[in-house]
Amino acid sequence: MLVLLIVILPVLFASLLVLFQDKHAKNIALLGALANLGLGLYAFFAFKKTPGCSCFYWHTDWVQSLGADFYIKADGINLILILLTTLLVPFIIQSATGRTIQHPKAYFGLILLMQSALLGLFLAKDALLFYLFWELALIPIYLICLVWGGEGRQRITFKFFLYTLTGSLFMLLAIIFLWLHNPAKNFMLSDFYTVGAHLPVKEQLLVFVAFYLAFAIKMPIFPLHTWQPDTYVNAPTQGTMLLSGIMLKMGTFAVVVWLIPMVPMGWQIASKYVVLLSVVSVVYGSFMALAQKDFKRMLAYSSLGHVGLIAAGIFSWNLQGVQGALYQMLSHGINVVALFYVADIILNRMQTDKMQQLGGIRSISKVFSVLFLIVLLGSIALPLTNGFVGEFLLIHGVFQFNTVSAVFAGLTVILGAVYMLRAYQLMMHGETNTLTASFGLLTLNEKVLLSCFAVLIIAFGCFPNIVLSISEEPVKQLLLQVHHISNIK
Amino acid sequence: MQKLVYLIPLFPLVSFAIIALFGSRLSKSVVSYLAPSSILASFVVALVIFTTQVSNNHAITVPLMSWIHVGGFNAEFSFLVDALSILFTLVITGVGFLIHVYSTGYMHDEKDYNRYFAYLNLFVFFMLLLVLGDNFLLMFVGWEGVGLCSYLLIGFWFKNINYSNAANKAFIMNRIGDLGFLLGIILTFGVFGSINYHEVFAQVGTLVIDGKLITYITMLLFIGAMGKSAQIPLYTWLPDAMAGPTPVSALIHAATMVTAGIYMVARCSTLFSAAPDTMLFISIIGIATALLSATIALFQNDIKKVLAYSTVSQLGLIFCALGVGAFSAGVFHVVTHAFFKALLFLGAGSVIHGMSGDQDIRNMGGLKRKMPVTFITFLIGTIAIAGIPPFAGFFSKDQMLAEIYLHNKVLFVLALVVSLMTAFYMFRLFFLTFTGDFRGSNAQLGHLHESPKSMTIPLMVLAVLSVVGGFIGFPHELGHVLNIHHWLDGFLASTLKMDTLEMSFNTEMVLMAVTVMLIALVIIIASILFVSKKQIPAEDEAPMSLIKEVIYHKYYIDELYDALIVKPMDKIAVLFYGSMERLGIDAFVNNIGTSVINWSQLLRLSQTGGLGFYVMAMVISIVLLMLMFFV
Repeated sequence: MLVLLIVILPVLFASLLVLFQDKHAKNIALLGALANLGLGLYAFFAFKKTPGCSCFYWHTDWVQSLGADFYIKADGINLILILLTTLLVPFIIQSATGRTIQHPKAYFGLILLMQSALLGLFLAKDALLFYLFWELALIPIYLICLVWGGEGRQRITFKFFLYTLTGSLFMLLAIIFLWLHNPAKNFMLSDFYTVGAHLPVKEQLLVFVAFYLAFAIKMPIFPLHTWQPDTYVNAPTQGTMLLSGIMLKMGTFAVVVWLIPMVPMGWQIASKYVVLLSVVSVVYGSFMALAQKDFKRMLAYSSLGHVGLIAAGIFSWNLQGVQGALYQMLSHGINVVALFYVADIILNRMQTDKMQQLGGIRSISKVFSVLFLIVLLGSIALPLTNGFVGEFLLIHGVFQFNTVSAVFAGLTVILGAVYMLRAYQLMMHGETNTLTASFGLLTLNEKVLLSCFAVLIIAFGCFPNIVLSISEEPVKQLLLQVHHISNIK
Repeated sequence: MQKLVYLIPLFPLVSFAIIALFGSRLSKSVVSYLAPSSILASFVVALVIFTTQVSNNHAITVPLMSWIHVGGFNAEFSFLVDALSILFTLVITGVGFLIHVYSTGYMHDEKDYNRYFAYLNLFVFFMLLLVLGDNFLLMFVGWEGVGLCSYLLIGFWFKNINYSNAANKAFIMNRIGDLGFLLGIILTFGVFGSINYHEVFAQVGTLVIDGKLITYITMLLFIGAMGKSAQIPLYTWLPDAMAGPTPVSALIHAATMVTAGIYMVARCSTLFSAAPDTMLFISIIGIATALLSATIALFQNDIKKVLAYSTVSQLGLIFCALGVGAFSAGVFHVVTHAFFKALLFLGAGSVIHGMSGDQDIRNMGGLKRKMPVTFITFLIGTIAIAGIPPFAGFFSKDQMLAEIYLHNKVLFVLALVVSLMTAFYMFRLFFLTFTGDFRGSNAQLGHLHESPKSMTIPLMVLAVLSVVGGFIGFPHELGHVLNIHHWLDGFLASTLKMDTLEMSFNTEMVLMAVTVMLIALVIIIASILFVSKKQIPAEDEAPMSLIKEVIYHKYYIDELYDALIVKPMDKIAVLFYGSMERLGIDAFVNNIGTSVINWSQLLRLSQTGGLGFYVMAMVISIVLLMLMFFV
C-alpha cells in the first residue's frame, strides 16, 4: 500500500491543482512533493528495519489477456532511486520561486505527473508496466520542454522526442520477444530473468543490444548523446533538472535491473565494448566540456562524462562498480541539480551564461561564491563530498574489470577539475565588470536551497554507509545470479 | 590517554566551523585569539600524547566510525598514533601555531581577515587527518583536503587573475598526482585485500606477493608524492604558489603540506623497501629535481621565489635520501627543514612587510640596520639551511649525505653539489637583502621598519629551534664517542624501516669535515661577490649569456608545458567540438532525420487520390503476385 501511495500521491496533487488559483499552484505542488518526500524517507528507513513488510509491494491484475500485472515492489536497489526522486522534486519545484512561469498550474502539474511516472518506473516489477511508465515519463517532459523551452524549442524537443522514442521501440521489441519465449505468458521480471538466461547466446546478445539502445540513449552514452546538450540548454530550468537529475538515471537504473541480469551471456560478450563506449563517453564528455563557452552547455557535457563513468561501473558488474553506480546516481542527481540551479541564478541575473563575459562575482556575493564552491567540489569529487564516494567506488569497480579502462575513466578526476575550476575562475574571480556589478545578493530562497544542497553534499560524503548498506545485499544477489549463469555456460 | 587523539584534528575543525559560519559577525580580535588557540590546544594534546608515547613506544589505533563499506572494502575513520604520526603532528601544530600567531600581525590590515583564518584552520585540520589516518584512503582525504586549502589560499586575493591562475595550476597539477595515488590505493586493495596500513605492511615479505605488483603500487603512490611534494615533472606549481600570503607559503608550501609526499613514502617504508626499482626511481627524480631547482634558485631575484625553489630543491634532496633507504634521515630533515624554512619564509614576510610589499632583492640591501630582529633570525635560518654545525640543518643534512654516500657515490657527489649551491644562493639572498646600502625608493626607505611583536616573536622561537633542533638526531658515530644517543632514530625505529649499513667513525668524520669546509668556502665566495664587491643582479632587460638566460627563465619549462600540453589540449577540445561533435555525429543524426522526411515526401507522391492510378497499381500488383506463384 505504501508504495502505491508513493506512486499516485503526485498524480493526486497534480489533479488537485485544478481547483486552485495560479498563484497557489507552486505551493500546492511543493506540499505534494514534500509529503511524498516524507513517504519516501519513511519507506527508506522502514525498509531497513522490516524489509518483509507487505507495505512494500502492490500486486493486482492489469491486462489479463496479455498476462500483464500491476506489480510494484520496493527493494534495496530501487529505494535509492525513490530517495533520489522524492528528495529532488521539492527542490526542483521550489527552485521556480521568484521566476515568472506562464500557466503555472499546468507546469507544476506536469512536474508532478513526471514524478509519478518516474517513481512507478523504478518500482515496477512487470515488464509491460515498466515500459508503460518509461513512455509515460516522456510525455510530461516533452511538453515541459516544448511549451516552456527557449528559442528553437520545437526543433530541439522534436529531436529529443524522436531519439528516445526510437530507443524505446527497440526495448518494446525486446520485451515482446522475451514474452513470446515465456511459457508462463506473463511479464514478470523474475520470469523474464529465467527466460532471458536460457536463451541461446546469439539471441541474448540481440536482446542485450535492443535494451542497450533504449537505455544508452536515455543516459546518454557516446555517440547517442547529441540530443542532450541542446535539450539541456533549451529546456526551462526545472525541465533540465528533471532530465539531468532524475530522468537519465532511468537508463542507468534499468541497466542494473532490466538489462544485465536479464541476459547474462549477452552481457558477457558485450561487456568489453559497452565498457569501452562508456569510458569513451567519460573522456569525450570531459573534453567537450573543456571546449564550451557557455556554462549550461558545459554542465551538459560534464554530465555526459559523469554518466559515462556510472555506466562503466555498472557494466564492469562487480560489487564496487554497481554499488558505486547506485551511490553516484544519488550524488550526481543532487550535484547536477544544484549546478543547474547555480546556472539559473546566474542566468536570471545576468541574462547570459557566457563565461567570458562574467567575472568578479565572488567580490559581490560571498555566500553565493562559497555555496557554489561546495557544489563544485562535490561535482569534482573531493573527498568528504558525496561525489567522491561514488567516483572512487566506480573507478575501483572499473579497475577490477580492466586496468587501462580505469586509467582513462580516472581522467575525469583531472579533466573535471580543469573545466570546473576554469569556469569558476572565469565567472567568480577577477575584477567585477559592468555586467556583473549588478549581480546583487542572493534571495533568501536561493540561499536556503543552495545551503540545503551544500549540507546534503557533505552529509552524503561523510556518511555513505546509510545508503550503501541498503543496496549491498540485493546487489550481491544480482551479481551472483549473473556470474552463476555466465560461469555455467 | 591516546584516545584523546581525535581532539587534535577536532580543535581546528571547530574553530574553522565557527569562523566559517559566523565569520561576518565575529570581530578580528576574537578571530585572532580563536584561530591560533585552537592550534595551540591541538599542540598541547599532541604533546601530552607524545610524552606518554615515549615511555611506552607502541602504536595505538583509535577507531571512530566506518566510512565507506562495500563488501570486503572497508575504509575506516580511525586514527593511528605512533612515533611517525605524532612527530608530524607536533611539527604541524607547533609550527602551525607560530605561523597563526605571526599571521595575526602580518594580515592585520586585510579586509578578509576572518576568511584567511578559516582557511588556515581548515588546512591544519586536513593536514592532521593526513598524518593521523590509519589507512590509505583517510590519508587521501587529508591529501586532497590540504590541496583544496592550498588552492583557496594561493588564490586568496582572487581579484588578481594571475593569482587565480596560480591557484588553478596548483590544484590541477596536484590532481594529476592524485589520480596516481588513487589508482595506487585501488591496486593496494586488489593485492593485499585491505587499505589499512597495519594489515598491508604485515603482508609484505611474509606472503608470496609478486614483486612487480609492489613496484606498480609504489610507483603509483609516488606519482601522488610527485604532485604534492613538487617533484619533476609536477613541480612547476610550487613557485607559482608564492602568489598566496607569505605565512601561507611558510606553513603550506614549505613546512607541512609539501612534505606530505615524504610522510607517505616514510609511512610506507616497508612497502617501498620491497620495491628496489621504485626506490632507484625516487632517488633519480629526487636528485634531478634538487639540481634543477637549485640552479634556478641561483639567479632568482624575487625573495620568495628563491625560497620556493630552495624548498623544491630540499624536497628533492630528501627524496634522494629516501630512495637509498634513509627514511629516518629524511624524516629528520623534514623536521629541521620545517623549522628553518618556516623561519626563512616568515623572515621574508617580515622583509616584504617592511618593504611595503616589494619582493625584489635588487631593491633591498642594508636592511639589518632597520630590521635587527629579522636580520639576526634570518641569518640563523640561512646558516641552518646551509648546513653549518651545530645548527639544525647540519645534522639532518649530514645524516642524509652520509647514507647516500654509503649507497651510491655518484648520487652523493650530486647531492653535495646541491648542498653547495644551496649555501651559495641562500647567502647571496641574505647578503643582498641585509648588507650593503639600501637600493629601494625613498618612500620605501621612509616606511622601512621592524615588524610588530606578533611577527618577531614567532621568528625568535623558530630561530631557537633552528639552532637546537638538530640535537634530536645527534650523529651516530660521533654519538657513540660522546655517548649521546641518536634519539630520533630510536624513537622512529618502531615505525620506519631502518638502514642497517653502518659507517666507520673515520669516514664519517672525513665526510663531515670536507662538506663543512666546502660549504664555508662557498659562503666566503658569496660574501666576496655580494659584500666586498657589492655585485647586484642585473636588470631583466640586461643582456645575459645563453646558459644564464635559459636558467633565469627556469629552463622554459612552464612555456614548454604550455606549448605541449595546455594549449594543444584546449585546441583539440575545440577542434573536436567543431568537427566531430557538430559536423560529425550531430549532423549525421540530423541527416537520418531529414532523409526519413525526404523519403516519406517521395512516398507521399504515390498517394495521388486519383482512382485510375489506384486501379492500375492494383492490377499490376495482382499480375506480379500471380507471376510469383506460377513461376
